[in-house]
Formats: sequence, structure tokens, C-alpha cells
Amino acid sequence: MIAKVGLDGHDRGARVIARAFRDAGFEVVYSGLHNAPEEIVQAAVQEDVDVLGISILSGAHNTLVPRVLEGLREHDALDDTLVIVGGVIPEDDEEELLDQGVARVFGPGTPIEETIEFVRENASER
Amino acid sequence: MFDDGELEKIRQGRGRWEDETLSPYVEDGERKQRFATVSNHEVERLYTPEDVADLDYLEDLGFPGEPPYTRGVYPTMYRGQTWTMRQFAGFGTAEETNERFHYLVEQGQTGLSTAFDMPSLMGLDSDHPMSAGEVGKEGVAVDTLRDMEILFDGIDLDEVSTSFTINPSAPVIYAMYVALADQQDVPREELRGTLQNDMFKEFIAQKEWVIPPEPSLKVVTDTVEFAVDETPKFHPISVSGYHIREAGSTAPQEAAFTLADGFAYVEDCISRGLDVDDFAPLLSFFFNSHNSVFEEVAKFRSSRRIYARIMDDWYDAERDESRRLKFHTQTAGQSLTAQQPLNNVVRTTLQALAGVLGGTQSLHTNSYDEALALPSEEAVRVALRTQQIIAEESGVADTVDPLGGSYAVEKLTDEMEEEILDYLDEIKEMGDGSMRDGVLRGIQDGFFQREIQEASYEYQQRVERGEETVVGVNRYEVDEDTSPDILEVSEEARERQIERLEQVKAERDGDAVEEALDLLAEAVEEGENVMPYVVDAVKEYASMGEIMEVFEEHYGSYQETTAAI
Repeated sequence: MIAKVGLDGHDRGARVIARAFRDAGFEVVYSGLHNAPEEIVQAAVQEDVDVLGISILSGAHNTLVPRVLEGLREHDALDDTLVIVGGVIPEDDEEELLDQGVARVFGPGTPIEETIEFVRENASER
Repeated sequence: MFDDGELEKIRQGRGRWEDETLSPYVEDGERKQRFATVSNHEVERLYTPEDVADLDYLEDLGFPGEPPYTRGVYPTMYRGQTWTMRQFAGFGTAEETNERFHYLVEQGQTGLSTAFDMPSLMGLDSDHPMSAGEVGKEGVAVDTLRDMEILFDGIDLDEVSTSFTINPSAPVIYAMYVALADQQDVPREELRGTLQNDMFKEFIAQKEWVIPPEPSLKVVTDTVEFAVDETPKFHPISVSGYHIREAGSTAPQEAAFTLADGFAYVEDCISRGLDVDDFAPLLSFFFNSHNSVFEEVAKFRSSRRIYARIMDDWYDAERDESRRLKFHTQTAGQSLTAQQPLNNVVRTTLQALAGVLGGTQSLHTNSYDEALALPSEEAVRVALRTQQIIAEESGVADTVDPLGGSYAVEKLTDEMEEEILDYLDEIKEMGDGSMRDGVLRGIQDGFFQREIQEASYEYQQRVERGEETVVGVNRYEVDEDTSPDILEVSEEARERQIERLEQVKAERDGDAVEEALDLLAEAVEEGENVMPYVVDAVKEYASMGEIMEVFEEHYGSYQETTAAI
């Protein structure tokens, strides 16, 4: 699942990534815009997703991403879900997010192939 | 522009040149098989008078300050005065932004530009659950008239012009500015400034919305009508291509969709009964300037020509002011890289140069660290200095339309014009001859969104394949530690903002607020112009969220169909 969380409307990256994963043979769900963290958790749990890619460029990641992680944890879904983040995330914040359970943060300019490889290697086997 | 005999000689000369001089140079091919702009428009090795043979100088180019304005909207352009250097800024609470405004006014700046935070942009109060983590982040938070009073404290509204980058909640901010003028005893007709207030491009690209497209258009037209009647020096819409381009469109798509949006507003205003020559001079435009310098110049020049002709042909605009396409330009944020961030200074310089060579009326240059975080003070200063160097050192501002007559640029201008006109025809056809209906239909069917997504995906694939060079990203990479000084906005801003909102709500006359909101709801129900009612409501300190809820209750909220991926 590719998810946009919060009020951020920058969806170019999310759409390109969703399309690239689909073209690479993945089944992709795109959340659409303007979701509360809890809505993303609900959707991810309902869809039983293997990978949750959160795209955020608004600067609200320190507030919103931990709430998604917390929600997944409450549903015992965090261990089975590979959570990755893409967007404009300063380095200090990246450390913080990794500590809290994000598997990887992909910054601007990351080749799509690198993201796909990472998911292939790290998503749980089904 | 050349007579037949001369053209024939040039044609023969070219044949001879190709045989004798060129051929040994191309035997082993050139650096690339195909040369193209960032929009993937192929460009030729060489342009000659043959390429501009069909151009009629007086009809198609003319003189600056006269239709079709290809060479510029004013006769002396930057020799009279340079473009307005309008850097967009705003952060934290109203107090902090007010301090910044005072600083700018003391420095002689008379054009203020306000950036709002996401909740204000989406019409939510700071205490709304969706506002968590977003208050004061990307701009200033405004909940009630009290925030606007603080924002403009000590600033005489008849001495500044203020630009408000705001869309679905634009009527509320506009009403607050009018209410503020009333408080200051500044006549409404003296208010100067610009609202972005372009809802079409929100549904197409920037994705900030509250109510659905059709009622959104109705409210936009309300603001135009109100401006014509009450604030005739205030620009109620800045029709924007910037966000369309940032979302991944090509240059011709940006220009075509923006012009289509502009004509759609024009048609809606005309069907409201407004006189085109009353409101058209109040319309302004906002474009992106991207990497391919000549393509951008061609985009600006051809857009001016198309606008001038269509405003006359389709809408019978008579005044010159109604046919002049005046625009603001911002360099392409999307082109900036997180890798080797100083390289972005050079990118921004070239993009700004294209805007100037294209005849922009005002310009925002991005800061080099914007792919990493909100810009630092040093980066903002370099961005402004970039414009000053172009204006005062480079000499490019000393001649009007200096690229006019270039075989290459004139040819690119013609080709761009053709691509734009093809799109305009297609959109008009989608609306059975109505641009207004065509744009609404295109939004509803996801036409614009699909076109843009396709273009952005194709571009990304060209980057991935190495066909597009992005210096520092897919070529000339270095190992580096990019950790610039970063501007942080604390969560404290939200707490202070919520405190103030609660205080305002405690102090205001609750019955008066309720009555004002009820009257607004009735006006919405009856389809009246909502602006006078919004002005009354903000004067009673009704909040942004309370007012937007009235609209949402009647018109419903908007959800984008995302099936298009």
C-alpha cells in the first residue's frame, strides 16, 4: 500500500511509485489523499498489506508517522508489515523514524529500482 | 518574414552547407541520437529563416505593449522598472510573520506575500484533529480575524499590496482582509493584492479542496463579482500553472490547462452577467519556469499570444487590459535535488533567466536547500540575490524581448502554440463548445490528472534509463553528507494558536456568530453571492473552520477518484 497521510497534497511521487511497483508485478493499493494516520492503519490492517509506503512532504512526519506505527503495533500488525517512508525528511528525523520502526527512508532522487529491490529483499514471504 | 526569392536562396544555401560542411561532422553521429527538451519535445540542430517563413511580423509578433503581446505586455518592459521580486514567506504564528512583514516594509518592499499553513489552506481550525503536526509548519496559521489583525498590525493596508496563496478557503481570507480595511478606515476600493483562489488547478494538481468542483467554481465567481463591485484594485484569481507543472506535466500541458482554466473562469463570469472588460483586467496568471530555457521562453511568449487573441475572438474583450496576459513566475521546485544542493543555485538561476527572457511581471526564486527542508535564511538570501544579479548585472533586462526574432525561439514558440491550441480544442470539445464545461468534465473524468500522471511517469522513466541527465543524481554523483542548517518549527506554535482560538471564542458574542453563520447558510442555500455574508461572519470572529463547514454542509465534501493509477 502506498499511503498519503495528513493534509499534504504532493502526490506526484506517491503516484509514480505506485505505478512503478504495479509495473514491477506488485499488487498495489493507493490510499488517496488527506487521510488521518488512524485511517491509514485501518486500511492497512483491512487489506492485510505486506508493505506500507508512506509518502510525506509536508514536514509533519514527526507527528504523523509515529501515529501510524503505533496504530499498527496496537493491531499486532507492525511485525508483519514492512514500513518504508519517502519524502523530504531531514537526517535527524530519519534516525528517529528508523528507531521507531520504519525500515528505511527514501529521500529525493532515489532510483525507483533501488526501492523495488529493497522491498523484494525485505518484505515478508507469503 | 522573407520574400520567396530570398527563401529559395537560403534553401539552396542550406543544401550546399549540408553537403559540403556538415556531412563529415555527422558521419559518426552526434552526442545523442535525439535532442529534446525536458518536456520531451524534439529540437533541431539548426533553425534558419525557412523555419519562420510563415511568421507575419506585425500580426504574430508586433510591438511590445500592443496585441498580441508576443513580445511583452508593456512597451518598455524592464527598462521602465524591473519585475517585482516577490519572495513567498510565512511561518509559525501571526506575530512572527508580522515581524517579518515589518522588516520587509522597512526595507522598502511594498509587495507582501503570505504563505499559510496546511490547516488554513484546507479550511480547518488549528484545533481540528487533522491539524495535528501541521500548524504553522509551511506558513502562518489563521483561524479568526484576530489572527489577521495581528498579522497586519501596524501595516497600513492602503500602502501595501498583499498576495495570499490560498485556495478553497480564499473567500474567508479575502473577507478578513476586507474586514481589516473597514477597521482601518481604508476605503475598500483602495485595497490592492492578489488571491490565488484558482480551484480548477487544485482539483487538477495541487489537491487542496473542501467542496466539489462545480460549487467551488460558483464561489470563485462570487469573489470575482465582489471584487468588481467592491475592491476593483484587488486581483481575485491568479490562474496557476505552477502546480500543474510541479505535479509532472509538460510545458505545453501546463500552459494549455492553465489557459483553459482561465477561459473557464471567464465564461462562468460572463454567464453570471459580468462585463468581460470589468473583470478580465483583474485576472492574473502564475507559471512555472523549468530547466529547458528556450522551451520556457517559447511557453511564455506563445501563451501571451493565444490569450490576447482568444480574449478578443471568443469573448469580445475590447480593452487592452482585458487581453494582456500578466503573470508571476516561480522557478521549478521539483527540479531541485537533495544531492549536492549548491547545484540548485545554478538551476534556479537558469530558470529565473528563462522567466525574465519570457517577460514575467514578478518572480520567486527557490532556495537551494528546498529539497531537504524549509529554506534557511542564507539560502533565501542567495535566492533573492540571484534575481538582483540577473536584473542589475547581466544586462538581459535592458532590451525588450531580446530573443524575439531568433529562428529557434520563434519556431519553438509556434510549435508550442500549436500544441497548446490542440489541447484547448480537445477540452472545449469535452464541454460541447463550452470551456467551462470542458474543464469541469475533464476534472470529473480524470482527464487532466491522467495526462499529467502519464507525463510524469514517462519523465521518471527517462531519468531512470539515463536519457535525462540530473546532475548529481544520475550523473556526476559524489559521496557526501548533506545535512544543512535546517529551520525547525516547534509544536509550541500549535499550542499557542489553539489557546488564542479558545480565547477568541470565549470573548466573542456567541449569538451574533450564530446569526451570521445562519444568514450565510441561507445565502448558500439561495445561491446568492456569499461574499457579503462571509465578511459579516468574520467580523463577528466566526472561525475559518466554522465558515467552511457551512459550505460543506450544503455542498458536501469532495473525494478524488484514485482509480486512475
